[in-house]
Amino acid sequence: MRTNGRNLQGLEMPIEYVVRRVGLFFVIVWAAATVNFLIPRLAPGNPIREQLLQQVATGGAGATPIEEVVQAYEARFGLDLPLWLQYFNFLWDTVRFDFGVSIARFPTPVWDTLTYALPWTISLVATATIIAFVIGSLFGALLAWPRTPRFVHAVAPPLLTMAAVPYYLLGLILMYVFAFRFGWFPLGGGHQLGTEPSFTMTFMLDAARHSVLPALSLILATLGFWALQMRGMMVTVQGEDYVTLAEAKGLRPSRIFFRYALRNAMLPQITALALTLGHVVSGAVLVEIVYGYPGIGTLLFRSVQNFDYPVIYGITFLIIVAIGLATLILDLVLPFLDPRIKYSRE
Amino acid sequence: MAATGAKQFSGPVWHVSNFVRTFPLLTIGLIMLFVLLLFITVGRLFVEETHTRVGYVIPDLSPSAEHPLGTNTMGQDMLAVMVYGTPLTLQIGLIAGIIGLVVGTFMGFVAGYYGGFWDNLFRGAADVALTIPAFLVLVVIASTLRGATDVMTQALIVSCLAWMFPTRTIRSQVLSMRERGYIQIAKRSGMGNMEIIGREMVPNLLPYLGASFILAVITAILASIGLEALGLGPQNEPTMGMTIYWGMFYTAIIRDLWWWWFPPIVMITYMFVALYIVSAGLDQFANPRLRRRL
Repeated sequence: MRTNGRNLQGLEMPIEYVVRRVGLFFVIVWAAATVNFLIPRLAPGNPIREQLLQQVATGGAGATPIEEVVQAYEARFGLDLPLWLQYFNFLWDTVRFDFGVSIARFPTPVWDTLTYALPWTISLVATATIIAFVIGSLFGALLAWPRTPRFVHAVAPPLLTMAAVPYYLLGLILMYVFAFRFGWFPLGGGHQLGTEPSFTMTFMLDAARHSVLPALSLILATLGFWALQMRGMMVTVQGEDYVTLAEAKGLRPSRIFFRYALRNAMLPQITALALTLGHVVSGAVLVEIVYGYPGIGTLLFRSVQNFDYPVIYGITFLIIVAIGLATLILDLVLPFLDPRIKYSRE
Repeated sequence: MAATGAKQFSGPVWHVSNFVRTFPLLTIGLIMLFVLLLFITVGRLFVEETHTRVGYVIPDLSPSAEHPLGTNTMGQDMLAVMVYGTPLTLQIGLIAGIIGLVVGTFMGFVAGYYGGFWDNLFRGAADVALTIPAFLVLVVIASTLRGATDVMTQALIVSCLAWMFPTRTIRSQVLSMRERGYIQIAKRSGMGNMEIIGREMVPNLLPYLGASFILAVITAILASIGLEALGLGPQNEPTMGMTIYWGMFYTAIIRDLWWWWFPPIVMITYMFVALYIVSAGLDQFANPRLRRRL
């Protein structure tokens, strides 16, 4: 008899727990939207209007019909309405992912600029996270394993030091060494200038080549985290009776390592992986800026420079929803992976 | 006999060497911080603050005897930037760390000690704030202020995300401490709540408070450098993050001005490593079980 059936039978997810957890997700989304609503109104003056006026004053926005924008915004925010009504209108728009139009690139809707940048970021960060997770976990497990050859231990101190360097500063160093000094990789951007994004082989290869260094800086900076956490878990698992029993039975060391120790030490790692993947949208903001990679981070940077508030608020909201959703799914799925998890308030 | 034995091993030298042997991490970390302090205090005797002003020296010089770390495109002496900019970054971290610790300690104690409604409120607030990527909230705040910040404002902005971790860790410590015997005895013997917190709990939590403080400082410095790398920092101050921002702004990498962006990175890394080691050392101090590992 397999034990799975029993585990699942014992697993009753209380409806109260699910309701509370989904409720927390909506609280987070609501808090995020409210922050976006409040902050521009707490600041002296309306930043959106000030920005538009400034563009008119400097004449830099001659091509865009400023009056039209101002009117669009006045109507959009319903600035003549009472504050509470403005608030509910804002919430309603936000829930429908209607963030208005970009100021810097009028009249492109904010949503369009977001959906162009999203695939770039997600493919970069997801790939880097998974590579770092696999290598880091394996490395950490080896560090805690008594039979590990000595050279593996020698790699540990430099790797852990690198974990103390913020990843975007690591990115600067990698860019200097591998892109500028050796010229092995392009200095920045997501693809060669003049090429249009498409699903052809040449373009994909070119894009991959551009993403090697940003990905490498993410990987190097996060390896240490995975390795340290895995090492701690492996040390604990090794003291367990079933590992001693497996050794006494005379099982092959590799079998004990992979099937007995590693498998049980993985659970907290998987939790952390899911949480990290929730940060897939925001995880590389600064490294993208360093490399001028055409993802969410660079979009955010440009928007900050141009004071393109609708885009900034759109990005913030999108990222918060992504993370809230990831933690929600994790909390609902995790009990199926680890039956030891209990639902309680404490 | 035991008394004379102890006498043999007393005196300042023995104390120091005993401390070093018992708390190696704390010692290394404190020495590293001391070296940092020496650099920014003794450094002031050799370089003048005027050299951090824009356009004060000939731009783009590589390191030489006169300018040991070279000069940048904005006409600043890089050694002067390091000597006068490092304390600014530390200052942001310390101010924000203090705010974070005070708020976190207050919320953690109230939540853990009184429980009930306050626990739900404060723990809930910390949980929600931990889920929201605080860095983005900072970007929203800082960009609304249009980068018109000085060191103090920057510290205040950054302190918005320095309180959650202290709240959580202190709350859980207080929760477990509340059930211990000596607190129960203090309660039964009629000590007031404030007295118990102030005279029984806080002294016992000091090492934890120290470690939380260091972690809050690290979070704050990390966030401030991140904001500054976006250009959202004190525009006229040579903090480490702003130095890197201007280096990127003037494409220092492809112009091979490595002495512009590399020293700040080394300094930031050094600061983080030193602070991490101190915090790990304080953990050893607080938790004797961690001492045997090294």
